[in-house]
Amino acid sequence: MISRLSAISFNTFREAVRDRVLYNLILFALLLVASAPLFGEISIGLEKIILVNVGLSAISLFGIIIAIFIGIGLVSKEIEKKTLYTILSRPVRRWEFIAGKYLGLLMTLVVNAAFMTLGFYLALIVISRGLGKDDAVLLVGIYFIILEFFIVTAITLLFSSFSTPIFAAIFAFALFVIGTFAEDLRNFAALSTGLTKWLATVAVYLVPNFASLNVISQVAHAQPVSGQLILFNTLYALLYSAAATAGAVLIFERRNLK
Amino acid sequence: MKDHLSSRLAALLLVAAFTGSIFALHQVDRVRGQQATLEELLYIPSGKTLKRLSLGYSGLLADIYWTRAVQYFGQKHHEEALRYDLLYPLLDITTDLDPHLIVAYEFGSVFLSQKPPEGAGQPDKAVALVEKGIRANPDYWRLYFTLGYIHYFDRKDYKAAEQAFEKGSEHPQALSWMKVMAATMAQHAGEPATAMEIWKRLYETAQDGMIRENALQHMAALRVDQDIPELERRIASYRQLAGHLPSSWYELIRAGIVPGVPQDPTGTPYKLMPDGTVQVENPDVLPFITEGLPPGWKKTKHR
Repeated sequence: MISRLSAISFNTFREAVRDRVLYNLILFALLLVASAPLFGEISIGLEKIILVNVGLSAISLFGIIIAIFIGIGLVSKEIEKKTLYTILSRPVRRWEFIAGKYLGLLMTLVVNAAFMTLGFYLALIVISRGLGKDDAVLLVGIYFIILEFFIVTAITLLFSSFSTPIFAAIFAFALFVIGTFAEDLRNFAALSTGLTKWLATVAVYLVPNFASLNVISQVAHAQPVSGQLILFNTLYALLYSAAATAGAVLIFERRNLK
Repeated sequence: MKDHLSSRLAALLLVAAFTGSIFALHQVDRVRGQQATLEELLYIPSGKTLKRLSLGYSGLLADIYWTRAVQYFGQKHHEEALRYDLLYPLLDITTDLDPHLIVAYEFGSVFLSQKPPEGAGQPDKAVALVEKGIRANPDYWRLYFTLGYIHYFDRKDYKAAEQAFEKGSEHPQALSWMKVMAATMAQHAGEPATAMEIWKRLYETAQDGMIRENALQHMAALRVDQDIPELERRIASYRQLAGHLPSSWYELIRAGIVPGVPQDPTGTPYKLMPDGTVQVENPDVLPFITEGLPPGWKKTKHR
C-alpha cells in the first residue's frame, strides 16, 4: 500500500513540477518577493514590515492558486487522457489514487513554499543586513501558510472528485474566500438568535477557518505566536483536510467511471 | 466487498475527522480569544489604504467593517464595558471605504456619543463622524438633526446645537420643524420641554425600531424626572399642612393634593417611601431616569 501511495504521489509531484504554469507562478512569486525592498523605499521605516507582508502574502496567495489550478486537474486529467483506467486496472484502490494525488500535490506545494521562503529570507537578509532573533517567528507564519495548503488542496480535490475543472476551481476559490471571513461568520453566529444562529453555527464549522491560520500581520510586527495556537491549528488543519479528503474518496468510490 | 469496506472507512474517517476539527477549532478560538479579528484590524488603521487594497470592492468591504463595528459595539455594550477603543477607528474606516453609508454616521455617532456603559462616551468623536458625513452627503439634511442632538444632549453645547438645527433647516428638503427646533434651542435650551421635543421628533422621524424604542425610553425618563420632584414637593406641602408625612397616596388623595395614585410611564404606581421621597417600582425598565432611584441601586446586567 505504501509503495503504491508513494508511486502515485511522486508521479503527481513530477507532473506538477513539469507544468509550465507552475514555473510561471513561481517566477512571478519570486519576482514579487525580490521587489519587496523597492516597496519599502516609498514608505520610510517600514521596509521590513512591507517585505514580510508582501513576501508572506505572495507565498500564501501563489501557493493557493497553484493548489487550486493543479488540484482541479488531478482527477479530470487522468479521466480525459484515459490514464486513470490503466492505473485502476492495476492493483491500486481508488482511495489510494485520491490519497496519493493529495500527498503528491501537497509535496509540490511544500517544495514551492520552501523555495519561496528561501527567496524571502534572502530578501530579508539584504534589507536587514542579517537575521535577528525575531525573524524566527516568521517561520511560524510560513508554517501556517503550509497548513492552509493542506486544507485548500483537500477541498479542491473534494470538488474535483465530482465536478468539472472550472466549477471545482470556482467552488474551491469561493470556499477559500468565505474561509478567510470565518471569524466574521463566527461573530455573526454569536450575536444572532434562533434559526439564524443555528444555521450560522453550522456554517462556522463547515467552512474551513483560514482566519486563524493567517498570522502574517502578527509576525510582521514580530509578535510571538503561542505554542498552543500552533498545536491546535495543526490539529485543525490535519483533521479538516482528512475529513475533506475522506469526502473526496467517498464520492470517487461511488463514481461511475465507465 | 473491498470497495464497500473502503467506502465505509472513508465515511467513518470523514465523520471522525470532521468532529475532531470542531473540537480543534474550539481550542483555536479559546487560544486566540473572542476579539482576535477586531483587534487585528488595527494593523491597517487607514481606511484610505484599505480602499486602495480593496480593488474596487470598497462597498463590500465597508459593509463588512460596518458589521464589525456593530458587533464590536454590541459585544462591549453587552459586557457593559467602560472603554470602546476600537469603535471610532472601525467607524472611520467604514466611512472612508463608503462615504455614503448614512447608517454608519447616524447609528455610529449615537454609539459613540452616549455615556458609558450605554455608549463610548466620546461625543467629540461623534461630532467629527457626523461632520464627515455631512461633508460627504450634503444633501442629507437629517445628519444636521443628528449633529444638533449630539451637541444638545451629550456635549451640552446649546449654541452649537442651535447652529446645527439652523443649518439643517436651510436645506430645501428639510422638514419645517427643524426651523422651530432651532428657534426653541435659542430661547429654551436646557429646559426639559426642549429635550422632550427633540426625542419626540426623533421618535417620529426614525425608521429603525431600536432608535424609536430608545427615544420612547428617553421620553419616559424625562417624564419620571419631572414627576418625582413635583410629587416630592407636594408631599412636603402636605407635611406642612398635616404636621406629619403621609403613610400612603390615599392620604394625599383625600387631602386633594394629588388626583389619584400617581403612575410612572409604564403604568406602575410610584412608591411612596416613609421618609417622604418617591421611587419608581422597577428602575430596570426605565433605563435613563435620574430621579426616583432606590439608594445604592445598580442596573441589572443586560440579558
